[in-house]
Amino acid sequence: MSAIAFSRSHGERTGFIRRLASQEALLAVAVLALALAVGADNPRFLATRNLADVLLGNAYVGVAAIGMSMVIISGNIDISVGALIGVLATISGSLAVAGAPIVVAWLAPIVVGVAVMTLQGFVIAYLRIPAIVVTLGMMSILKGGLISVTGGRWISDLPDSFHLADIELFDVLPMPVVIMVVATALAAFWMRYSASGRAIYATGGNAEAARLCGVSPPRTVVMVFALHGFFAAIAALLFATELKVIQSTVPPNLELTIITAAVVGGVSILGGVGTVIGSTLAAILIAEIASALVFINVSPYWIHAVQGTLILITVVADIIRRRRRKAGG
Amino acid sequence: MNGAAILPDRAVAADAGGRSAPLLEVRGLEKSFPGVRALSGVSFDVEPGEVHALLGENGAGKSTLIKIVSGVFRPDGGEILVDGQAVEFHRPNDARRAGVATIYQELLLFPELTVAENIFMGHAPRAALGRLDWRAMRTRAEELLESLQIHDLAPDQVVGALSVGNRQRVEILRALSQSARLLIMDEPTASLTEHDVMRLFAIVRLLKSRGVGVIYISHRMDEIFAIADRVTVLRDGAHVGTREVSQTTSGELVQMMVGRKIDNLFPKVSVPIGAPILETRDLVRRPMTKGVSLSVRAGEIVGLAGLVGSGRSEFAQTVFGVTPAESGEIRLAGARVAIDSPASARAMGIAYVPEDRGVQGLVRAMSVLQNFSLAALPALSRGGFIDRAAERRMAEVGVARFSVKTSSLEQVAGRLSGGNQQKIVLGKWLANNPRLLILDEPTRGIDVGAKAEIHRLMGELAGKGIAILMISSELPEVLGMSDRVLVMREGRLVAEFDRAYATPEAVGGAMMGGDGETGRAA
Repeated sequence: MSAIAFSRSHGERTGFIRRLASQEALLAVAVLALALAVGADNPRFLATRNLADVLLGNAYVGVAAIGMSMVIISGNIDISVGALIGVLATISGSLAVAGAPIVVAWLAPIVVGVAVMTLQGFVIAYLRIPAIVVTLGMMSILKGGLISVTGGRWISDLPDSFHLADIELFDVLPMPVVIMVVATALAAFWMRYSASGRAIYATGGNAEAARLCGVSPPRTVVMVFALHGFFAAIAALLFATELKVIQSTVPPNLELTIITAAVVGGVSILGGVGTVIGSTLAAILIAEIASALVFINVSPYWIHAVQGTLILITVVADIIRRRRRKAGG
Repeated sequence: MNGAAILPDRAVAADAGGRSAPLLEVRGLEKSFPGVRALSGVSFDVEPGEVHALLGENGAGKSTLIKIVSGVFRPDGGEILVDGQAVEFHRPNDARRAGVATIYQELLLFPELTVAENIFMGHAPRAALGRLDWRAMRTRAEELLESLQIHDLAPDQVVGALSVGNRQRVEILRALSQSARLLIMDEPTASLTEHDVMRLFAIVRLLKSRGVGVIYISHRMDEIFAIADRVTVLRDGAHVGTREVSQTTSGELVQMMVGRKIDNLFPKVSVPIGAPILETRDLVRRPMTKGVSLSVRAGEIVGLAGLVGSGRSEFAQTVFGVTPAESGEIRLAGARVAIDSPASARAMGIAYVPEDRGVQGLVRAMSVLQNFSLAALPALSRGGFIDRAAERRMAEVGVARFSVKTSSLEQVAGRLSGGNQQKIVLGKWLANNPRLLILDEPTRGIDVGAKAEIHRLMGELAGKGIAILMISSELPEVLGMSDRVLVMREGRLVAEFDRAYATPEAVGGAMMGGDGETGRAA
């Protein structure tokens, strides 16, 4: 028994390291190298205060990218997530201002987020409507609905206890970063070592083969969207509780930033490949680049161009890798 | 049958003019794909006004040959001559310009467009300033329809609403509108009704009389005797022989197609045969399974022979729950069962190794390890998480038992050779300890060594008491491996042979439609 246990842990480690020696390692190196390079130019960039702000202000992107990665790995896409996060943040903030118990203000977006995404998953998986169409429709509904109901006003006078993002674990670790790291670790473990996680990769990699192996691709897709709704809701909470006011509109281009994080993190846009460790690292990298632009005196508006370039480079690299694999096989 | 003598005089002219050189000739064509030699030294020619049939089993090289002639593939060696002149086709357009048109089994039409638009897609008549000349297009479409005496089609009809037979006529018109002189037809009658087949033959005879050459690919003996002048048989990528249709028999042709020495590539060992594992009674799943009753016993290998489209794979998928049966019954080890999904079939101990390894069998992006465990995840999991030690053990056993050549268990499966991929697909299913194993084309597209290994494994599995149903289009494989051979045609079982009586001629004849029918047509 002990011999088997030993060989197992040994096998795990080599597999784990091999996996890291790819997109994830590349991203980690990029995150560090960029920090050092910009820091050399402007040491204030490396101030704890700035780096903490970068992480704090963007943890929600990393959390949302976890769900997005699952969706893309399963062979789908979701462009409604940015609008959904806006709606959920508004719901949560409105409840808190209206005097609902804080727990309700925190739980409501989770319930709504999971419900909306599960519904979309059903339509995509069982009615076989392409995900891009379904989520494009949902994006319009959510965006339009939100602006019609709220008129885009600001939600202020939020109760102090509402601010999840202000909590510091052990008085040092800011909650958003803790949540991002823990969520990433749990999701990564689950995707790699659970039967359901494996089903996501199989569904995205070859739905027909998965079906013949007794995996149900439609059920897997619904599950993925439900989880995606959960992570979107957590992201919405971090987003809502980060500032003292919530503007009840949809954060512009948020879905694109989230998709970019997933894809740059190594998730193949064709499905079947990727990890959430990669997507979280990519979310950090993108936030770091945005901040670095300010420190090296480049207009922050360039961040969109940079994101676009990153996404093109990774997708082209992914496609070339796949072609080569095909030719080799 | 009698639309033949419409324009007889032009045929003479074309014949007299084109005597000196064949319309198309290929000499010593060579073509290899990774791991497979698809064509070796094939020579072949078509005279003007001749219908030349191409016959061979699946994988004999027919498709490769026509794809070279129509410019889709480039040959590794050999030459192509048109009117005696050597030509090189770099792309399909080169062949089209030389007058070669191909009508594939899947018709390539635009369903939303009209008959005239489809005919002239890509070469529409133009008016001034590059505008489309709609009137000319209409007129020429009408002329073309008239020239083939098609009176039930109008240029303005939308193609999507037409019958298969009419759509095929549109494809033929499209070829003629580009002044094709050689028409390649790949199993043109595969999905036609009897009436449409007759009309197609009338058109082919009309084209013949105008000096158009036709390469006609079909599995149906009676058609070859009804329409072709000469027939060339290919086998394993080599040219076996060319015969005048008037001077051969269907028996000789079947012999040429399958007449391969069955050597010890197929090490069938006899094992004690036990009780029936799978029994089906009047199993129906329209449109391809029309009441199939058969049984497979423990330790028995039953070969299911038949042409492509005879309903063998569809039957297997019905047993496996991919397309659940509409009526009839399935019994497993004597007990009647209801199978409504692959998951339920798997739970009952059925394993299915699908025909198309790429599409149905393997998740290419996953590792060898993950592919091995994919069909066994419920058994390997505790509390939703995979027991990784057990998973690894299972994959290690599978890799060793099937001698999969891989650098590690983490290797991405898509990078392995075809044979090794097939071994993983096979091994994945056996990890479940099935009672019944259904193999659909288990050795297609893999090299000889891997083939022999898979055959050895099949024998071993039968020895352990697993019932095996093997679908194969390779007759030698069916005859070499099977204890019993069943033949399917058009969704039904039409013949059954014990090993001792399963000769290539008998099984091949049953696949093709029996001597009675070919005799009548000849």
